[in-house]
Amino acid sequence: MNRRSFLTTTAATATLAATGGFAFAPSIARAQNQAVKVAFVGTLSGPGAALGTHLRDGWLAGVTRLNNQLGGRAVETLVIDDELKPDVAVSKVRAALERDKVDFVVGVVFSNMLQAIVRPVTESNTFLITANAGPSTLAGKGCSPFLFSSAYQNDQPHATMGQAAQDLGYKRVFILVPNYQAGKDAVAGFRSRYKGEVVDEIYVPLSQLDFSTEVTKIAAAKPDAIFTFMPGALGVNLVRQYRQAGLANIPFLSTFTVDESTLPAQGEAALDFYTAATWAPNFDNPHSRRFVQEFEAAYGYVPSNFAAHAYDAAHMLDAAIRRTKGDVADKAALRTALEAGDFPSVRGALRLGPNHFPIQDFWLCKVAKRADGKFQTETVRKVLTADADSYAASCKMG
Amino acid sequence: MSMLLVQALNGLQFGVLLFLVAAGLSLVFGVMDLINLAHGVQYMLGAYVAATLGVWTGSFWLGALLALPVALLVGLALEWLVFRHLYRRDHLSQVLATFGVILTVEEATRALWGSAPQTVLEPSGLSGGPLGGVEIVAGLIYPTYRLVIIGVGIVVPLLLWFLVERTRAGMLVRAGATHPAMVSALGVDIRRLFTIVFAFGAMLAGFAGALASPIFPVAPGMGDTVLILCFVVIVIGGVGSIRGAFIAALLVGLLDSVGRAMLPDLLRLLLDPSSARQTGAALASMLVYIVMAAILFFRPAGLFPGGRSA
Repeated sequence: MNRRSFLTTTAATATLAATGGFAFAPSIARAQNQAVKVAFVGTLSGPGAALGTHLRDGWLAGVTRLNNQLGGRAVETLVIDDELKPDVAVSKVRAALERDKVDFVVGVVFSNMLQAIVRPVTESNTFLITANAGPSTLAGKGCSPFLFSSAYQNDQPHATMGQAAQDLGYKRVFILVPNYQAGKDAVAGFRSRYKGEVVDEIYVPLSQLDFSTEVTKIAAAKPDAIFTFMPGALGVNLVRQYRQAGLANIPFLSTFTVDESTLPAQGEAALDFYTAATWAPNFDNPHSRRFVQEFEAAYGYVPSNFAAHAYDAAHMLDAAIRRTKGDVADKAALRTALEAGDFPSVRGALRLGPNHFPIQDFWLCKVAKRADGKFQTETVRKVLTADADSYAASCKMG
Repeated sequence: MSMLLVQALNGLQFGVLLFLVAAGLSLVFGVMDLINLAHGVQYMLGAYVAATLGVWTGSFWLGALLALPVALLVGLALEWLVFRHLYRRDHLSQVLATFGVILTVEEATRALWGSAPQTVLEPSGLSGGPLGGVEIVAGLIYPTYRLVIIGVGIVVPLLLWFLVERTRAGMLVRAGATHPAMVSALGVDIRRLFTIVFAFGAMLAGFAGALASPIFPVAPGMGDTVLILCFVVIVIGGVGSIRGAFIAALLVGLLDSVGRAMLPDLLRLLLDPSSARQTGAALASMLVYIVMAAILFFRPAGLFPGGRSA
């Protein structure tokens, strides 16, 4: 569908050029009349599709807000589903780069997808804006002049929760995570700032159906709080069982477990559960309020951090292209413009670190019910101020 | 000790849910010699329909009840469209075709409902309040709804047993499983019998899905994990045997829950805590399959070999 609209526009431009005397205009001007082509890459099918949908809608909401223009130039988005398969992601992205000649690649939900496409994209001197995934390698040694993040480094939300547990004075914390790399990273991130006792650490399989065994163990351990990272359907299940078992009086500290992508299914069960975030829908600045209002009007659900970061990615590109006066061919100028990072973010002001990842505040948030009956996360307090990830120091880019 | 009791209850409840899904699968497999990988999506559809109708009617119970005829109809439709053409084919074609059904139905579900987990109403009367749960251990409420599942999981197998062993329809089903040509020659419409058995199996799966919807997340792919365990159950129990499926489902449920609860702690006696956790978690998720392998080694046809394999 996108491909077709793409072709139609190109055909229309060609007709215009032939009839309208554009043929005599300097070639740069003609180039600038063409639309900026952006490939959006996200997981839009399979179990992770809900997050990809948030990310895509956030990007599209950003582009719509900017009147379908980036830096004054018309923009065309090619939506690519990476299907959560590295080989599929690479071949589709290669096609976008070589056949469709996209100027930018944005999106990417999962870190392994980003790691799959990062080399093909950056080696073709195309800018890649990650609106979610932020693996440590790409923030550190593997950083690239062509890679930018509008989100965070993966460890930061977990570390934020560790700091929050520390600040709240919890002495004994029970940890429950899925048994795979991201789960282990979550534990490491949490423990980097939490200094109290960890009563127990439980690793569950990613295909876990029922948490009653773990819930029983938590009840027996009687911790001051639990820390968990249970993305997607796992989190829906854990939250409901935790509430049903009457454990809600034990504070529920989490990352990527209760957010706007899972709250419609968790509902009341998630009320007052904690999460760590860079932004929440109740942020009180005009830019954020307008984003939430327009997003809900267009897509009918409350935007999450995923949507906010993708929305910001659109503004990030918009500001940079505006700086280069619409020139997307001069890569050096574009890089300098992107590095300035002076775009209006729904998070308020932020700047980019030397590794092109944002230096920003992190918040403790909790789930609340709005007057209209929908659920959203709301800020409790700021935990980390102008936090830079710990990998930036090992990033050496030319 | 009471912790162990709770973990046993957890295992029992997981086991009976597994049974409800596995029973239909075992019936279809045993009676019709049909490998139906799409059984999991019938379970998923049951959960989706129950969730949606529950929200629509405002009552979880009404939604779950209405999901039954819907699951039955879906079963009939699928049988007519796809499965009917597979009875005489070999197992490989059946696996391929039913895998195709999984892909189609899952994508259709995603197109209809989206990929985020669905909202499910709490079963009214049994969530919160005095009837919300029983405090077996201090600080831990055991939800009444889960006890209800255990109850249902004991009643349904009894009903099934009665249906298959003591009624005329059940007799035909048993006869059709072992001697289809003879039953057909005696004037029984074997095709219609198969259609009924299949639709009934689909309804059981849908019923299990509806029952599971308040405790498991209702999301695309929810049937796949259950399906794998169900195959383990029917392989351990013996293909086509309802009694075997019941015993095996309870065994798998108990092994899974108690193994997950105890193994990491047991290993701590031998290893240091962090590696005990990792190995314990890994071992616990393998436990079911290890036991299956062991049982198959000693009893290749499962614990209670059914009619067809004899």
